[in-house]
Amino acid sequence: MLGIRLIACLDVTNGRVVKGTNFVNLKDAGDPVEVARQYYLDGADEIVFLDITATHEGRNTTIDLVKKIAERVFIPLTVGGGIRTVEDIRNLLNAGADKISLNSSAVKDPEIVKKASDKFGIQCIVIAVDAKKVEKNRWNVFVNGGRIDTGIDAVIWSRKVVELGAGEILLTSMDKDGTKNGYDLELLRAVSSSVEIPVIASGGAGKIEHFSKACESGASAILVASLFHYRELTIEEVKNYLKSKGIFVRIIS
Amino acid sequence: MRRIKIAIIDYGFGNIKSVINALHYCNAEACVVDSPLRISNFGGTILPGVGAFWPAADFLRLKGFDKAIRDYVNSGKILYGICLGFQLFFTKGYENGNHEGLNLIPGEVKKFKFKDELLKIPHVGWNNVSIKDSLCAKKMFFSIDDKESFYFVHSYYVIPENSLCVSSTCEYGLKFCSSVTYENLWGSQFHPEKSGEKGLKILSNFVNEVSK
Repeated sequence: MLGIRLIACLDVTNGRVVKGTNFVNLKDAGDPVEVARQYYLDGADEIVFLDITATHEGRNTTIDLVKKIAERVFIPLTVGGGIRTVEDIRNLLNAGADKISLNSSAVKDPEIVKKASDKFGIQCIVIAVDAKKVEKNRWNVFVNGGRIDTGIDAVIWSRKVVELGAGEILLTSMDKDGTKNGYDLELLRAVSSSVEIPVIASGGAGKIEHFSKACESGASAILVASLFHYRELTIEEVKNYLKSKGIFVRIIS
Repeated sequence: MRRIKIAIIDYGFGNIKSVINALHYCNAEACVVDSPLRISNFGGTILPGVGAFWPAADFLRLKGFDKAIRDYVNSGKILYGICLGFQLFFTKGYENGNHEGLNLIPGEVKKFKFKDELLKIPHVGWNNVSIKDSLCAKKMFFSIDDKESFYFVHSYYVIPENSLCVSSTCEYGLKFCSSVTYENLWGSQFHPEKSGEKGLKILSNFVNEVSK
């Protein structure tokens, strides 16, 4: 039986994890390599490394960090943030990333999705969709860290990226992100029921119950950042809870 | 102890970095090989790969890897195919028409097709496998429990003609062959290099088998 994936997300800037200073057993709480390794040992099913550095120097640090993480973490590693060209993608894959996540650059130039998936396969192309509700049953795609409304319908955009060659959609609700009120289940259902590929739910987790609701609303995987960073919940707690609800998850022994 | 050398065939289809890292972790030395002439120097070889069947199969033929791989396997040395590399072991693939594989194992590669919209394609994530009770299966899955989960990402699955080669099965809409262990051929649809400690255990079982 296919398990629901629990994905731990690291927001990294200038080589440091920006959330997450509460890890207890780490030598350096902000070192992405150590944090990723700890999540791996804790039973995370995947790691997402989100580079929120804007500068060019920062990008070289990212390549270096991805190399180091890939040497010590033996679960899928997705890298996102600031990826603009097929060359960027190649460099990250060569460094050891298994998937790359595209957001603004895919909206600006949808052809990059097609080029990248033709070249590297759909399994490594994750399209991040940041969606915000604009009216009943309508969500628009936002870019540049949620600052710009593209006017594009998130459901239509999701279908379009599937045609272009996306392998997964990472769906973040801008309305719910940071609220801890739970995932946007309507948005999740709307997107998930419109596409054949897996949808990863992101934004809004606060309580353990929110996880099972997301699974029941069509999420194939759940992305978690701050809840795990601050140890409000552990990966093990969430997995045991899902298991108790009859949802299949991978439990490490 | 001397680190055993394992060849990884680099034919331009997929990320080989993860396999290299995992082999290093298993105390083996990974040697990237991009010329068919060189694989005969190794006792163990991995054929990785992700992506589409036909361009990979065509490319292997164009580069002369198909003959080199057949000679290598006929010499009794161990070959491990992962994901697309595993699918290429078989006779035929049906991705964008009919395409010939390496035909090391008689069988076909078909696409998942489901009516149930909850069954997403590709099949991505951790799925548990049922390990066959056979001597061959026990080599690959030595010291791994039945129903352990491994990481999959694929839209196509293999159908071997003879089920004797199957060392594990997995369920996703239907029961499919998730690995074979057939004489000196090892193959898995899942990615051992991305399947945590249990996946690393399979790779170290492979390395141990090669060093025997």
